[in-house]
Amino acid sequence: MNYLDEFRDRQVVLGFAERIRGLVTGRSTPMTFMEICGTHTMAIYQYGIRSLLPAEVRLISGPGCPVCVTPNGYVDRAIALARLPGTVIATFGDMVRVPGSSTSLMEERARGADIRIVYSPLDAVALAARNPQLQVIFLGVGFETTAPAIAGSILAAEQRGLANYFVLTAHKTIPVPMQILAADPELSIDGYLCPAHVSAIIGANAYRPLAEEQGVPCVVTGFEPTDVMQGVEMLVRQVLAGESRVENQYRRVVTAEGNARAQAVLAQVFTPCDVEWRGIGVIPGSGLRIAEPYARYDAERAIPVAVEELQEHRGCLCGEILKGKVSPFDCPLFATTCTPEAPVGACMVSSEGTCAAAYKYGR
Amino acid sequence: MDKDLILLGHGSGGKLSHQLLDELIIPTLSGVPVAGQNDAAVVEHNGQRLAFTTDSYVVDPIFFPGGNIGSLAVNGTVNDLAMMGARPLFMSVGLILEEGMSRRELAIILAAMREAADRAGVAIVTGDTKVVPRGKADRLFINTSGVGVVENGVEINGCKAQVGDRVIINGTIGDHGIAVLAAREGLELATDIESDCAALNGLVTELLQDGEALHVLRDPTRGGVATTLKEIAIQSGVTITLREEALPLKSGVRGVCSILGLDPLYVANEGKLLAIVAPDRADAALARMRRHPLGSDAAIIGEVTGASDGRVQLETSVGGVRGVEMLAGEQLPRIC
Repeated sequence: MNYLDEFRDRQVVLGFAERIRGLVTGRSTPMTFMEICGTHTMAIYQYGIRSLLPAEVRLISGPGCPVCVTPNGYVDRAIALARLPGTVIATFGDMVRVPGSSTSLMEERARGADIRIVYSPLDAVALAARNPQLQVIFLGVGFETTAPAIAGSILAAEQRGLANYFVLTAHKTIPVPMQILAADPELSIDGYLCPAHVSAIIGANAYRPLAEEQGVPCVVTGFEPTDVMQGVEMLVRQVLAGESRVENQYRRVVTAEGNARAQAVLAQVFTPCDVEWRGIGVIPGSGLRIAEPYARYDAERAIPVAVEELQEHRGCLCGEILKGKVSPFDCPLFATTCTPEAPVGACMVSSEGTCAAAYKYGR
Repeated sequence: MDKDLILLGHGSGGKLSHQLLDELIIPTLSGVPVAGQNDAAVVEHNGQRLAFTTDSYVVDPIFFPGGNIGSLAVNGTVNDLAMMGARPLFMSVGLILEEGMSRRELAIILAAMREAADRAGVAIVTGDTKVVPRGKADRLFINTSGVGVVENGVEINGCKAQVGDRVIINGTIGDHGIAVLAAREGLELATDIESDCAALNGLVTELLQDGEALHVLRDPTRGGVATTLKEIAIQSGVTITLREEALPLKSGVRGVCSILGLDPLYVANEGKLLAIVAPDRADAALARMRRHPLGSDAAIIGEVTGASDGRVQLETSVGGVRGVEMLAGEQLPRIC
C-alpha cells in the first residue's frame, strides 16, 4: 500500500463509471455538480474524468483556485511593494505570473525587483532572519488549507523577534461563497464535490448549513481519480433519493470536526473580514485579515505605498468562469489573446485555474 | 504584457522559447523555422555529412545527485549529436567563471567533464575561459559545442514519424528535473532520486542497427516528454497517443510530483531518448534497449495514431483521454 496507486486503479474507476451510468441512464434532465476546489478541477482534467461520465452528469468548476479569485487590486499592491527599495517579495510560484492592472510580478522581476519563489512561508521567515537589512513580504494567498501555515509563520516571526517580516494577506474561506452560488438560480447546482484539504482543516460539518438549510447534497471528496468518481456516485445517489446530506468520501483524511489545532492558530492570528472575490464581488465574512495584536506583521497596514489605479481586463470572462456560468471555451479570449504565456486573467495562470486546466488538458 | 522584456519563461524550452526563436533569433540569424529544427544541424561537406550542435549550461545548483554541471555539459552535447544518428567526435568547452568561485570545485567539475568525454569517446579539442566580476554570473556557466559524423544511410529526422510507428523511451521519466529541484530547494523527501545524466551515443549505436525502421530520435530535456513529443508531432504532421500506464516512473519522482503539483511529463531528463520506430521493428528495438545498461527500464509508451496538424493525447491511467500541450511558462508548484 503506497496510498497513491490504490486510488488511481483503472478497474475501480471504470467500475464507478459503469455504476453511475446505470443510475442515470434515461434521465431527461442532467445533474449538475460543482467541484469547488482547483485541485479537483485539475485532477478532473488531468485524468480525463469527464470523458468517463455519461452525458446526464455535468461537472462544473467553481471558485476554489485562490490565485484566480485574488482581485487585480491585490496584485497591484504587491507590485507597488515590490518596487520599494530594500524589499523582497516572497511568494508561492503561481502569483508571479498573475497580471495586475498594467504589469505582473514576473515582469517586475525582469526589471530588477527582488521576487523570490518559496515553497513554505517559513522559508520567507528564514530569509528575513538572514537579511535584517531587507523587509521581506510574503504574499498570503490561499484558503483554509494555506492560512494556518501563514499564521504559523507570523507566530514564528514573533518568536524570533523579527521586525522585518510581513504578510500581505488575501486569505479567503470557502463555505460562504458556496452558499451564495448554491442560491444562484442561473446555476441550479444539484450537488457539491466539497474540497479535500480545506475540509481537513474546517471539518465536514462546516457544510451542514448548505445541505440541511439550503438542500444541496454535499460530499467531501479526495483528489485521486477513484475519490472523484466515488464522490460523484455518492452525489448521484443522494439526488436520486431526494436527499441532501453531508457525506464524507475522504474519511482517510477528513473528520467531522476538522483540525482543532489549525483552527486555533487561525483564530489567534486572523479575524474574519469582508473580502473581494474576483468575478463574484465582495462577500461579507469570507476573508481573513491579520488580527489587531499582530497588526505590525500586516504589510497593508505597516508599509504604506501608493498603488496604481485599478484597471480591469476587457473581455475577460474569468468572473463568469469562476462562478461556473460559462466554460473557458465560451470565452472569446481563451487560447487566442489569453494563453498561459500571455495570460489576461488569473484563471489562465494558476496551476489550478480552470482556464489553465482546460488549455493544458482539455483541448 | 511588455513584449520588450526577456522573461525566465523564454528559457524554459517550452512555448515561450519557441516564440523567441521563431520571432527574433531564427529570422535574424538563419531562417529555418523552429518547427523544422532538430537537436543538431546536419551539414554536408565534400560528400561527408557532419552533425554540429552547441548548448549552454547554467544549472543551479552546479552539483546535484547523479552529476554536476560538467558531466551535464558534455553528455548534453553528445546527446544532441547522437539524436541525429551522428557519431560524436570533437567538442569545444567555453567556461564563464564568477570571481570568487572555488578552484577545488572547478577541478572536480573539469574531472567530471574529462571522464564523461572519455566515456562517450569524444575528444575535447578547443576551449575558452573567461572570468566575470562577482555577481555577474552564478559561479559557473559552461558552453559546449560538438561535431560528429553521420554515416551514409542514417536518416534520422523529427519530420519522419509515420502513422503506426511506436514511441519507445529508454527508462524512467523526470529523474533529472526532480533531482535538481530537490537539491536546490533542499527537499528532504527526495533523498534517493538521482539525475539520469548520461551519454546516449552508445545506446544510439545499438538502435541504428534497425536501419531505416528508426525514424526519429530526440532527447526529452527541458520541457520534458510532453514538449518533445509535441515538437515531433508538429514537425511530422501526426497525432501521437501516449498510454499513461506505460510511462516508466520512479515512485520517488511520482511522490515529489504529486506533492508539488508537477506533471512528470513536463519534467526534464538528461539521459533519456524517445525513439519513434516502424511497428514491425518496435519489439526488436525495445529488446536492444533493454539489453543496454541505459535502457533496462525501456518501454513502448505510445504510438503514432493518425495524421494531423501535430496533436499529442494521453490515455490516462484510469481510462480517460486528454490532450497534451507544450510546457507553457515555467512549471510552477501549486500553492494550496
